[in-house]
Amino acid sequence: MTALLHIDNITKRFGGFVALDGIELEVQPGERLGLIGPNGSGKSTLVNCICGTLQNESGHVRFDGHAMDGLAAHQRTHRGLARSFQLPRPFHSMNLADNLRIPLIYTVHARTGPLRSHGALDDRCHELLEMVGLLAKAKQMPRDLTQVEMRKLELARAVAAEPKLLIADESMAGLSHSEIDDILALLVRLNERGITIILIEHIMSAVMSFSQRLAVLVSGKKIADGKPQDVVRNPEVVRAYLGQ
Amino acid sequence: MNTAKFSLVTLAVGAVVMVFAHWVHVDYLYFASYTILQFIVLATAWNILGGYCGYVNFGSAAFFAMGAYASVFMHKFHPLPVPFLILIGGVVSGIVGFGMGYLTLRLRGSFFAIATLALSVVLQTLVVNWDYVGGSRGAYIIRPEQIEFAGITINYIEYLFGLMLLLSVIALVTARTIERSQLGFGFASIRDDELAAEAAGVPTLRLKLIATTLSGAFMGMAGAPFPFYIGYLQPSSAFGLEYAVNSIAMPMIGGTTSWIGPLVGAVLLGSAQQYAIVTISSAVNLLIVGLMLVAFVIIAPNGLVGLVQGWRRSWRKP
Repeated sequence: MTALLHIDNITKRFGGFVALDGIELEVQPGERLGLIGPNGSGKSTLVNCICGTLQNESGHVRFDGHAMDGLAAHQRTHRGLARSFQLPRPFHSMNLADNLRIPLIYTVHARTGPLRSHGALDDRCHELLEMVGLLAKAKQMPRDLTQVEMRKLELARAVAAEPKLLIADESMAGLSHSEIDDILALLVRLNERGITIILIEHIMSAVMSFSQRLAVLVSGKKIADGKPQDVVRNPEVVRAYLGQ
Repeated sequence: MNTAKFSLVTLAVGAVVMVFAHWVHVDYLYFASYTILQFIVLATAWNILGGYCGYVNFGSAAFFAMGAYASVFMHKFHPLPVPFLILIGGVVSGIVGFGMGYLTLRLRGSFFAIATLALSVVLQTLVVNWDYVGGSRGAYIIRPEQIEFAGITINYIEYLFGLMLLLSVIALVTARTIERSQLGFGFASIRDDELAAEAAGVPTLRLKLIATTLSGAFMGMAGAPFPFYIGYLQPSSAFGLEYAVNSIAMPMIGGTTSWIGPLVGAVLLGSAQQYAIVTISSAVNLLIVGLMLVAFVIIAPNGLVGLVQGWRRSWRKP
């Protein structure tokens, strides 16, 4: 089986600081991968390099059989890579339905041609809002939402682009247990629909129950990659998390 | 209301204004209203980039002046009727807008604003040192008294007024069309959060270039008939501070998120300025802009349109 995402020897520096140091990673179609690591280990930088928000100095990203190097972030989104942001970044001057309209107009239409009528576009927005349980608030503005609703909107907007791979960057930080279960259930549903998911998370219980495979970043290096149960017992990982 | 209907209504309003002005027939009225119309175009043009995309342009005067100087150049090189000069001015300033966008759009916030201000200074220096268009001496354009138009003789000022009226109609229709189109949604997403817009698949650089080009082109079109209106063009008047300040202040006072904001702001502020020029002094008009801007930032940060929308919302849910 060929990998959906293939990261080959990626290095990213900020001045003299090496944020990512020769990262290698493969993600298979339909997989649920957990990506963990202490604060500042380079998880978000890796996401930014995969999604084109940052350009890596060396190494290659291949997605769905195509080289992504040099492509702008929106071009990668068009090719089926979507992400949610660690801190929700809604379009604050638009209501919830219009927030989802942006990826529908600019990504789904760009891919398939503007076939959808105005009514069909509205229906799709409502369908997506229903999926995350925000349909009743379709006409409200993002500022009226609670933290967990904001995370759901963030995920809905990423899913609206009809991605093959969804990268959820700390979608659960700061949420309560029941809210975490809510988001986890949502991610599992998305995965069952065939979307490959990379989950970046600090909350170990969530990562362990969600991931089929776990990769660990420490100081810009990947130190472990494998079955979640094995990885958490790996002495290097334990040392990175608990100290020596 | 769809775009076709809106265009017809705006054209009809324009025609009524034209007939009314002809009926009153005071030359001064043409002079004063021409300035207000010119500011409607400038403010609407500024708002395409500043209001819709959130990129504050301090260099409006440069685009306006490029249009004006394109006319001066053509007048010397190969005289053409004013409508053609408007088109040429639009093309020249559109190209300058595209170039500026390409060079500066990687900058954000106040850095972009400073870059546009710098562009204005650079272009003014170029024009001051370009002898063909008059350099620092300035250039005269002797405006004909009258013009033959479809067998009718009309006063030239009335003719310029009519052209500027038509241009305002076109600018307003364009702005409103953009606002309701997919392009408008894209612009709004850039204004709200550029990184998130890019992640949602919005080609932000391309959209911003469309905005700078369109915005610049309309400013240039507003400037093209200016030498004919004023009769004598010098760099300091074409690159005047009042154009840069007014094109920002008018949309801010009217409201930046809707096409009607720049219109309301330009009519309100433009009329106040014209009134002050006649009754108090010509130097006081920038003071008025400053005071009104301060007042609006405090009372109505989203402009008059925002204020009215706020009232409406509070009426609906008591």
